[in-house]
Amino acid sequence: MTTRVGVVVFPGSNCEQDVCEAVRQQGVQAEILWHGDSSLQQCDAIVIPGGFAYGDYLRPGAIARFSPVMGAVSQFAREGGPVVGICNGFQILTEAGLLPGALQKNRGLKFLCSEAQLRVESTNSVLTQQLDLGAVVSIPINHFEGNYTCDAQTLQQLQQEDRIVFRYVNNPNGSVDDIAGVCNEGRNVVGLMPHPERAISDLLGSSDGIAMFRSLVSSVMAG
Amino acid sequence: MSEPIHRSLGLTDSEFADIQTILGRDPNHLELAMYAVMWSEHCSYKSSRIHLKRLPTEAPWVLVGPGENAGVVDVGDGIAAALRIESHNHPSAIEPYQGAATGVGGILRDIFTMGARPIALMDPLRFGPLDDARSRWIAEGVISGVSGYGNSVGVPTIGGETVFDRTYLGNPLVNVLCLGVLPVDRLVLGQATGVGNLAVLLGSTTGRDGIGGVSVLASAGFSDEETDAQKRPSVQVGDPFEEKRLIEACLELLDAGLVVGIQDLGGAGLTCATSETASRGGMGMDVDVTAVPQREAGMEPFEIMTSESQERMLAIVEPDGLDRVIEICERWEVRATVIGKVTPGPATGDVDGGRLRIMNGFDGEVLADIPAASLHEDAPLYDRPRQAPSAWNEQLRQLGEKKSVSSANVLADLCELLVDTKWVWSQYDHQLFLNTVEGPGGDAAVLRLKHPITMADTGRGLALTTDGNHRWCAIDPRVGTALTVAESLLNLACVGARPLAVVNCLNFGNPEYPEVMWQLSEAIDGMGEACRAFNVPVIGGNVSLYNESQGNNIDPTPVVGMVGVIDSLERRPQGVRLVEGGRLMLIGPPCDEVSGSRWARLHDVFEGQLPALDVAMHLSVAEVVRALVSGDVVAGVHDVANGGVGIALAEMAVRSGIGVNAARIANANELFSEGPSRVVVCVEPEKMSVVENVCQEAGVPLARIGVAGGQRFSVKGLIDCELSVLQSAFSDRLDSALGSGTAQ
Repeated sequence: MTTRVGVVVFPGSNCEQDVCEAVRQQGVQAEILWHGDSSLQQCDAIVIPGGFAYGDYLRPGAIARFSPVMGAVSQFAREGGPVVGICNGFQILTEAGLLPGALQKNRGLKFLCSEAQLRVESTNSVLTQQLDLGAVVSIPINHFEGNYTCDAQTLQQLQQEDRIVFRYVNNPNGSVDDIAGVCNEGRNVVGLMPHPERAISDLLGSSDGIAMFRSLVSSVMAG
Repeated sequence: MSEPIHRSLGLTDSEFADIQTILGRDPNHLELAMYAVMWSEHCSYKSSRIHLKRLPTEAPWVLVGPGENAGVVDVGDGIAAALRIESHNHPSAIEPYQGAATGVGGILRDIFTMGARPIALMDPLRFGPLDDARSRWIAEGVISGVSGYGNSVGVPTIGGETVFDRTYLGNPLVNVLCLGVLPVDRLVLGQATGVGNLAVLLGSTTGRDGIGGVSVLASAGFSDEETDAQKRPSVQVGDPFEEKRLIEACLELLDAGLVVGIQDLGGAGLTCATSETASRGGMGMDVDVTAVPQREAGMEPFEIMTSESQERMLAIVEPDGLDRVIEICERWEVRATVIGKVTPGPATGDVDGGRLRIMNGFDGEVLADIPAASLHEDAPLYDRPRQAPSAWNEQLRQLGEKKSVSSANVLADLCELLVDTKWVWSQYDHQLFLNTVEGPGGDAAVLRLKHPITMADTGRGLALTTDGNHRWCAIDPRVGTALTVAESLLNLACVGARPLAVVNCLNFGNPEYPEVMWQLSEAIDGMGEACRAFNVPVIGGNVSLYNESQGNNIDPTPVVGMVGVIDSLERRPQGVRLVEGGRLMLIGPPCDEVSGSRWARLHDVFEGQLPALDVAMHLSVAEVVRALVSGDVVAGVHDVANGGVGIALAEMAVRSGIGVNAARIANANELFSEGPSRVVVCVEPEKMSVVENVCQEAGVPLARIGVAGGQRFSVKGLIDCELSVLQSAFSDRLDSALGSGTAQ
């Protein structure tokens, strides 16, 4: 059976078609999942794409986490299903309690859209298992609230448990410990602020994101 | 005695008399308010229409020309591109963030009204000087507004311009361009047809914000800060989240074929949308003003009819389709309310029909009853007096006399002219939709061209540029505007694109001054001449007048937006860069005329005679450059524009971190001349002969001017410095003036 990757759409999401393109590039199916449905349509992996779900009202992710689909996503994650949150998706996953920490406004208090160099800090996650440990990859960032923060104890836990998946080479937003992406204890839920789907073609400037989608798809096959 | 009400609404006595003639009676207050907004300069183009007719608007690939919400051209593969540019100058001067934000919102609606998905924005911005605190406040607010709205609504901002100049002190120019794509067969027009069809208002509630925005704000200049602050309630407030849902809902309605016609609500709000759809369709419309969802209690009918509340659309649907329309809107959490019904008009043979009636309930009292078309077609048309400024005649007498500019420190001048606009565009999402091959900061932006429904990549590209040059146009609006169009054409050539169409945003001062009207008329002629010569039609535009502050009119600033197509987009265009050991060559005719240049203005020289545009030569140069770029013969390319060859070389150097060793530039005039039809290319040594042959065949002059490499920037006899000096000047200017955004 063909692998199906579900891409969740909230009102205000805007990167869903881009993620679908990156998924299809892997030769698997991309399925749009509507936030108001509580079914994941038997998808094998879930991506929560970037954008401004619910206009980022209150704060990014604060309203989206109450959407019916998020109950199903949480259940799926608890059962070990691969879940990736990109940018606004990462913010939603932290609001939903599926990942620790929070994303606050960038140091400098400006929206930032630019290239970013990331170091692969862990290859033990559904998004990074096919990457080279320590490799530096070029993945664009595009956020206002990308400044990762968490309490000291959580940070220590993330460090000790090898759950910091990516670090910025040049920290653009003030994130604690240069963190660009983290995973949960089960290593099946990954959140990151940079946009790997924007790095799937040399024509667009980088193809370093392709291996991440390859990792995600192969984690389904393996699982 | 108090002022008659029509005057306080911005109507002249003779316009009031016209309304009396049309109606055959005195208008009531509601009717007067509706005429006032529709006959405002902003909506009626009453001072400019007579001149705009002189622009060329036709070509075989033009599907929709000026007069609709956006121009549309056929770009092949069953895909059409919709293009529109607008100004939001006056609101942005009063309330920079919301002024700019709602400018973005408005232009997006113009594009998806045509059935197109908006895929890119560009924002040509012009502010007062960086050493003026208020200008900095306006600049930061405007840039945040574009960023805040554009990013959130989910349309990438892929380029634009950022200019700081004293002429915009107190009156910034905030122009916004939007590009959309649609399947050719989904093209819809903003018209109401079919008696009994329903007018459904989609989106936001209607409030008291923005009442009279077009007449109070956009059709008058600025006087002092206190009066201006009182105008702030006329600025609308935007909600990008509402707009995002509105875009998705409207495109789904169009996909489902449920819409007969659709129109956005912009300037003049419901009055404009109802009367325009009705009169375009040759029909009338009954509007139940009580059905309009209101944001606050106790709104008067004139407030509801003229409110400029944002994020609203008017869809004309068949009664049978209403349930499905409401279902789709509910899914996107978009409000949908029937507020009107299409009634007979000239199109159905009813010569007495075509009335726009505003009612208190569909069966209730008639509050206003006017011929729908009279709000548009009968709007006054002025041929305002025009006169060349007295200095102009003086200038003509001095024809041939070269203006001399001298400088004690060429390096300091070069540094002064170098500005990296990254501080601006790094705040814009410029990559969404995975189309952006070349983003902001290059000669032109380049997008992959994908089919809007199937998302299939065509292997081709669209290129987009916006250009304006107030310095040239201040000296000679006609030649200056022609040179501006020429620059756009060359910018497209630098990314390998051939031009398809132009939209324009004509930013001028107070048209009641004959000198300003002369500038406008000359600029339109200059644009018409250039567009005809280059065979590029003008498919739409916007005129912004009354750009004056405390009695000072801005320099004439026609802004050109040009879209082009790249027939084969296999690799990224080489762009503004150098390669180590590359040879530097200057394509195009030599020029040492500095009148109108940034360098001349730096030294307070404002007059002179612009370098002439040789149309045939320009087309040959563009052709040569396009061939060299698409054939991958050159390694780097940059057109010679603002700041001349000096800035072209410096930008190529700082962007690639590679130095320059140039010679054969005789003096500072040659270094800073902005003479047209010239491009600097960086070429691998073994490919120099190819460039030479191509230029020779085309009869285009070519000069070897140096070598790229190392970490020094040197122009023999003029400049010799470490590259890092230029790099700091380049990157620090906006960061230090406007605050470091990234705090790296």
